[in-house]
Amino acid sequence: MRIALFVTCLNDALFPQAGIATVTVLERLGHTVEFPAAQTCCGQMHANTGYAAPARELERGVEAVFAGHDAIVSPSGSCVAHLRTHTGLPVYELSELLVDVLGSIDVGASFPHRVTYHPTCHGLRVLRLRDRPLRLLAAVRRLELVDLPESEQCCGFGGTFALKNAKVSGAMLADKCANAVATGADYLAAADSSCLMHIGGGLARRPGAPRPIHYAEILAATPGSGPVP
Amino acid sequence: MSRQLPIVARTPFPRAAGPQLADAQLRGNLRRATRTIRDKRAAVVAEVPDWELLRDRAAAVKDDVLDRLPQLLAQFEAAATAAGAVVHHAADAARANAVVADLVRAQGVDQVVKVKSMATQEIGLNEALAAVGVTAIETDLAELIVQLAEDTPSHILVPAIHYNRSQIREIFARRMPGFAADSDEPAVLAAAARVYLRRTFLAARVAVCGANFAVAETGSLVIVESEGNGRMCLTLPDTLIAVVGVEKLLPRFADLGDFLRLLPRSSTGERMNPYTSIFTGVTPGDGPQRLHIVLLDNGRTTVAADPVGRAALRCIRCSACLNVCPVYERVGGHAYGSVYPGPIGAILSPQLTGQDAGANRTLPYASTLCGACYDVCPVKINIPEILVHLRQAGKPPAAERAAMGLLAWTMRDRRRWRAALRAARAGGRPLRALTRRGGGRLRRAPWPLSAWTAHRDAPLPAAESFRDWWSRTHGR
Repeated sequence: MRIALFVTCLNDALFPQAGIATVTVLERLGHTVEFPAAQTCCGQMHANTGYAAPARELERGVEAVFAGHDAIVSPSGSCVAHLRTHTGLPVYELSELLVDVLGSIDVGASFPHRVTYHPTCHGLRVLRLRDRPLRLLAAVRRLELVDLPESEQCCGFGGTFALKNAKVSGAMLADKCANAVATGADYLAAADSSCLMHIGGGLARRPGAPRPIHYAEILAATPGSGPVP
Repeated sequence: MSRQLPIVARTPFPRAAGPQLADAQLRGNLRRATRTIRDKRAAVVAEVPDWELLRDRAAAVKDDVLDRLPQLLAQFEAAATAAGAVVHHAADAARANAVVADLVRAQGVDQVVKVKSMATQEIGLNEALAAVGVTAIETDLAELIVQLAEDTPSHILVPAIHYNRSQIREIFARRMPGFAADSDEPAVLAAAARVYLRRTFLAARVAVCGANFAVAETGSLVIVESEGNGRMCLTLPDTLIAVVGVEKLLPRFADLGDFLRLLPRSSTGERMNPYTSIFTGVTPGDGPQRLHIVLLDNGRTTVAADPVGRAALRCIRCSACLNVCPVYERVGGHAYGSVYPGPIGAILSPQLTGQDAGANRTLPYASTLCGACYDVCPVKINIPEILVHLRQAGKPPAAERAAMGLLAWTMRDRRRWRAALRAARAGGRPLRALTRRGGGRLRRAPWPLSAWTAHRDAPLPAAESFRDWWSRTHGR
């Protein structure tokens, strides 16, 4: 199948490994991935902060870039949620594409670590990803999945909320980190680099805490794929 | 001189949240209480197989009410008047307070008993009555606690949620006439309140209430409460004055069925409400012989004219959104500076007052847009959508506007975006060397990013952007 990748601006600039992992998994399954190079940003941050006009321009830009593609994949729950509610594009979060469209639960990954999963708010309550990412993770060889307490609570990121209401965001983050530490996991996985940027920034200050990882990176890992950053 | 309404925040939300976050006792009380109610609600909602259908139907009924507000108000007034009630119209809080004050003084009393009511909280009725020498006594136990403490409510349903029982015992010991108990057992505290309130009920000649629903078809008012104290107020005094927001209307009596299933499960986590009082006009020889209904607008007609924001008027004040809100759970109700706190307050207060009132403009930003509120709302108010809608009318600082504008300009064009990525990478390179020990993360950044690094490390631009990786590995 030919699949177009919307990598998202955040992954492009700060977390390319999430995009690379998405490409790696899909190519390993025998699919052709295209990367329309004119893509930039879906406009989510502008829209959510109240800047409707620039957001609309960015949304139209994505629509123009991806016009004619039958399947668009993105490793970001919140960007997919934004595009789904603001454009007519056939865009899938990676787990939706793998489970619903491609029917690939076992993607041939191996990851010998203890992992806990944080279901991000947009994945949970807008896209209703439900157990799709967990089913994919459960099929990964040598991976031990452990429950995250109070997993459905927001981590406190909220885009510009993290700056405008920094103290409240910090308090929510502290609780999320404490729950993550309590799992004793090596990694905290999620389907959204923006939440991971926030949670990971908090975990980095807590000794012995799990490391943040996009779950696509776990799905991309194989016995020979080398160390995960 | 006009007083500020109790739905106008005096302090910007981020600043008001600070002391609340630092109060460990408050955080503990809120955490315990919201989790208990949240779990109870989830359990009883899961029992109802047609819950989603009920939500859809209730939302549609409320939208119909907003579409036909003038017509239904006229129908309600005609039916209530025919049944013996006197209907008054109040465009704003000042008018409503004046109407109630005049009605109370006409009865020659200096004390009234009150049923828990958000509408009277919204207009600051107690303070307005006090200004003309009338004491209003709250008879809902939690409202009584707040009133005795000379505090303000911090939750719509559980106004004293920020207190635990030992704090309540202290308040009673300081402020309740005749209180002598030295225990903080809930039964002991409730018994003390019962003795105090019983004396008050028996002496009361005028009561003030709100209404959960007002039925246009029959002119009936419906009051839903848990303690029975409301029913005392509704039946013992000769004169009853109801202050009712115009959005409380339901077209038909039969509409009540769905709402009386939705409300208790959403609010207290009960299958059925303990005391539901439905009364229509005056019945000679039974209950109040004078019934006055003050229909309150106070900004509602303006809100109803906003195609996105109007859904906030569907609200039936159940508080489910407060109990699931991660922001409310950490800061409590007082940080919102309004008797309507939490997610619903963040969309209701600024709409009712206009966003220029006090610091109400900061309320729509008091959310991560996590969506937990929308999921539990029994009338399906898309709170995140309305929060964003209100942010669109915001007045952000010039520096933020400039930064967002520059970012959007950069992102509208792939060449500008690619150049920005390369510039960021070049700028990040020396930082990356400096922070190697920290795993390429920034521990401290200058303003405005210091707000970020106060609580978490910041990432640095990747050594190779995704698009450069793609060009290198997939390019021609």
